[in-house]
Amino acid sequence: MSEDKNVDANEVVDTCLLAGRLMIEGGSEMYRVEDTVRRIAYNSGQRNSASFTTLTGVMMSIKGQPVTQFGAVNHRGIDMEKVDRVNTLSRRYGNKELTLNELKDELEKLDKNLPTYPMWMQLLGAFLVSATMMIVFTQKYDWFDIPLAGVTGTIGYLVAFYVTRTTSIRFISDFLGSFILGALAMLGVHFGLGHNLNSILIGAVMPLVPGVAITNALRDMLAGHLLSGLERALEAGMSACAISVGIAVLFRYF
Amino acid sequence: MNYFVKLIIQVVLSYVGTVGFGLIINIPKRALNLAGWSGALGWLTYWVLFEAGSGRMFANLVAGISVGIGGIIFSHIKRMPVILFNIPGLVPLVPGATAYQAVSSLVLGNFNQAIALTVKVSMVAGSIATGFMIAQIIGEWYYKTQLKL
Repeated sequence: MSEDKNVDANEVVDTCLLAGRLMIEGGSEMYRVEDTVRRIAYNSGQRNSASFTTLTGVMMSIKGQPVTQFGAVNHRGIDMEKVDRVNTLSRRYGNKELTLNELKDELEKLDKNLPTYPMWMQLLGAFLVSATMMIVFTQKYDWFDIPLAGVTGTIGYLVAFYVTRTTSIRFISDFLGSFILGALAMLGVHFGLGHNLNSILIGAVMPLVPGVAITNALRDMLAGHLLSGLERALEAGMSACAISVGIAVLFRYF
Repeated sequence: MNYFVKLIIQVVLSYVGTVGFGLIINIPKRALNLAGWSGALGWLTYWVLFEAGSGRMFANLVAGISVGIGGIIFSHIKRMPVILFNIPGLVPLVPGATAYQAVSSLVLGNFNQAIALTVKVSMVAGSIATGFMIAQIIGEWYYKTQLKL
């Protein structure tokens, strides 16, 4: 324990902020972020730390020491692998399997290259979501419409994925994805590949719509994290608007 | 169609859809199967209650509780964070499609329908979130009594 106290407080805050930022980027609940940050600080011998987490930035200070730092969160999404890895690393640090420097190195490595599923598997995922959720949501057993819903949903997801890489404004990717998906679904129904345009569209937008984000927003608010709850709700609302406008523009003029 | 045939179709579709969503949000491979079951569990609870005529809010509340408790159990089996099973478990329940319908009727000028759907979105999301909160309280209470024994 005595050597732990010699750990530079600045380094501790740095590592904590990195872990917190990664977890927020992965879409973790705020209480889990604060808990992890406090635990890392505690295990580094800093018993009295305070952190302030929002969706757009993390702030942290240690009582009695002249260190307070701020870290900005620039891009947010849902990435469960990130949350799981940071959680595992923090647990290993708590069991003294890692030193603070090793923990920081591992977190930085995680920040640079995170293992993801190959593209074809993500597209398969988008296909499955669109095809199955169409029936689950509409409760109509329209087997004929499944292929069109799946294919348009996959293409919409693909477009949104690549647009996200080229621009930093998230809502543009949602808008373009749903616009193209809507146009393809309309063409498909026009050429007799599907029957019910409304249920096909409901299925096809499923990989894009922020349903999980809306529910997470309310969970954060109920847990007392009013600020991040409001931020999440606003972000989800804006992305729902972008998606619906992309499709409604088509409905209005064609 | 027979009730049980429908039931099986609903479970299979919600499992497959949840696993598909898990591929999109990058769930670790070893959690994928149980995450799919978490989605099927939540949707099964909702569907059975809704078909029995319980009403939308109550069915969502109980489905939220069952996904929450399932998530706590699964996370203990796999020693992974609860959120890995909770978020995919929500996918069949969350009002994403309703949110889309709400905004698109707003854009097309059906204001009354838009307001009704928006209220529905927030009430459904609120009842799922409340269900999670109740599951969390049950989990905490269970561990406290376990530790005392």
